[in-house]
Amino acid sequence: MLEIRNLKARAGGKQILNGIDLVVKAGEVHAIMGPNGSGKSTLAHVLAGRETVEVTGGEVLFEGKNLLEWDPEMRAREGIFLAFQYPVEIPGVSNMYLLKAALNAVRKHRGLQELDAMEFLSMVKERMKLVEMDQGLLNRAVNEGFSGGEKKRNEIFQMAVLEPRLAILDETDSGLDIDALRVVAGGVNALRGPGRAMMVITHYQRLLNYIVPDRVHVLSQGRIVTSGGRELALRLEEKGYAGIEGDARGTAAPAAAS
Amino acid sequence: MKAAKPASHEEIAPYLEAFARFRKDKANGDGWLASRREEAMARFAARGFPTTKEEAWRYTSLQPLVRSRFDLSPAPRPEALTPSLFEQLTFEPWDCTHLVFLNGRYAPNLSRIAKQPEGVVLTSLAQAIREHRDLVEAHLGGAADGRARPLTDLNTAFLSDGLFLHVPRGAVLQEPIHALFVSMSNGTPAMSHPRNLIVVGEGAQATVLESYAGIGKAPYFTNAVTEVAAAGHAVVDHYRPEREQDSAFHLSDIEARVERSASFSTQAVALGGRLVRQDVGVVLDGEGAECTLNGLYVLDGDQHVDNHTLIDHARPHGTSRELYKGVLDGRSRGIFDGTIVVRKDAQKSDARQVNRNLLLSDEALADSKPTLQIEADDVKCSHAATIGQLEEDALFYLRSRGLGAETARNLLVQAFVSDLLGRIRIEPVRAGLECLLFTRLPRHHAKEAS
Repeated sequence: MLEIRNLKARAGGKQILNGIDLVVKAGEVHAIMGPNGSGKSTLAHVLAGRETVEVTGGEVLFEGKNLLEWDPEMRAREGIFLAFQYPVEIPGVSNMYLLKAALNAVRKHRGLQELDAMEFLSMVKERMKLVEMDQGLLNRAVNEGFSGGEKKRNEIFQMAVLEPRLAILDETDSGLDIDALRVVAGGVNALRGPGRAMMVITHYQRLLNYIVPDRVHVLSQGRIVTSGGRELALRLEEKGYAGIEGDARGTAAPAAAS
Repeated sequence: MKAAKPASHEEIAPYLEAFARFRKDKANGDGWLASRREEAMARFAARGFPTTKEEAWRYTSLQPLVRSRFDLSPAPRPEALTPSLFEQLTFEPWDCTHLVFLNGRYAPNLSRIAKQPEGVVLTSLAQAIREHRDLVEAHLGGAADGRARPLTDLNTAFLSDGLFLHVPRGAVLQEPIHALFVSMSNGTPAMSHPRNLIVVGEGAQATVLESYAGIGKAPYFTNAVTEVAAAGHAVVDHYRPEREQDSAFHLSDIEARVERSASFSTQAVALGGRLVRQDVGVVLDGEGAECTLNGLYVLDGDQHVDNHTLIDHARPHGTSRELYKGVLDGRSRGIFDGTIVVRKDAQKSDARQVNRNLLLSDEALADSKPTLQIEADDVKCSHAATIGQLEEDALFYLRSRGLGAETARNLLVQAFVSDLLGRIRIEPVRAGLECLLFTRLPRHHAKEAS
């Protein structure tokens, strides 16, 4: 589904990604871990099409097509969804309005009819249950005055409505207490399926107790320094990033050179 | 360059000539009014148009207006106002009282006045001058002072028509009143000097919509003055949509005197005009008086809109709230120059003033000059001003959900103005203005994208 080859990118005048290689297949959940500043969020934003990040090399194929050519809305319509680490507050735009406009944009692109008001509402109500979101939030302005947990739930709720093919969750666990984390993870798990891939970006192993990944990648200084199964995340918790990077240096270097 | 001395003869001459013709007309011959007109014209002739050397006019040069020549001209034929335009201008399907003025003259055939409560006088000023001379004489010039503002003198000199509303003590107007001023040049560029007088008695309530629009591409000049007197415990809500043509000069002044525990609100929405200057002056002249001044200006091309407000807290326990927002595209320029004065005796005054501007192009320009002059020591006053662009974060967020770049931009602009539009409590007016605003927006950005 997603194929990243030697991706390099700059942001804020600094080279952040120094050659990322990653293949994600349909139905898989990949965890991207790494210390602060390793390039996790930059990777997420490059994939979503953020214009402030400049791609300086490499390529990204989404279902065989050149993803980097598309503007952000095209990527969203093709089925890429980024759950933001810091969801943006947009006073004056209602959550409901955004959701409807987004869903209809996506449906139109996929050659589907727009949902009428009743269909939309019943779908929305059903999907809200996934993340136990308060219905009152629907009529409020997008994320305005939402608590940290409400913002994250809202992201996963949007994802549930838009039904993306590739979901990128950027530190969805940050700022969540354990109860909220369980709810959000439950929502994510409910959306796992054979046709959908997910990239779960996180700093901590904690989230991966709830969203069990198929693959774990450790990012450091803009490169994937090691990859493995779920056990890599556990090892990471035990040894810390420094330990893992030390282990990886011997084994990962030849792979990076190839 | 123009001479610094304002009363340049060549600037004033066309107005003196027009005035000479105007006063020959028998209809304008009433004694007391004639002498007021003469005085006003004499003062205006001595002072001339304000120049950018004056602090209150530093952002707005009237040279493009002064260099043009305007004359009082007959009203356009009513056919010029096509049914579809008329529907738009009267905010169809809004079914309320409309007084329509063409080039400043009351047009009874186009107007519709519903039955009003006992004792209410609602008519054209021309008729009120004839039939309610005492009321007019008692209140005319009570709030607007030409000595402080030469354009008010110019208005008084040519004063002949406009809206006259007198609501007696305790009466409540259930339905809003709409005074619609439509201008059109027929050959000679037309000028009009509408004068509106709104007098609301003790504990009485009224809502007035005063709107301005034009027909055709030829320039014209509107110089309007509105006076509002709100007696104790009165509630006056005033709206002021401005939809003039792109080539129009529009100068206006609203002056309100608000007495004890009375409330006055005015909301301006400026969309049209080439050169627009909107003055609002409010005196909170009784204990516990309050006012709300809101303004929205959405500009494009070479439009220039200058909002100049003065709120005078003259008595204790007064409250004022002011929010002006500008959306500036193209090479337009939007100005907010607002002053709040709190007099020495006006203790416990509470004033809040905010101006926010959104720049949609690199060439648009916003000026913001909020000013507090506080002479009392126990007051709560604040002001804030911002000038910014659409937030990249918000744009990206919306686009990442599948909304097109243009849709996302328009949605954010809509969000920026939504609080002010939301405060328009006459639904068909709010909807009509919103529609007008947002059918304009995509055009702007389509242009930018090409």
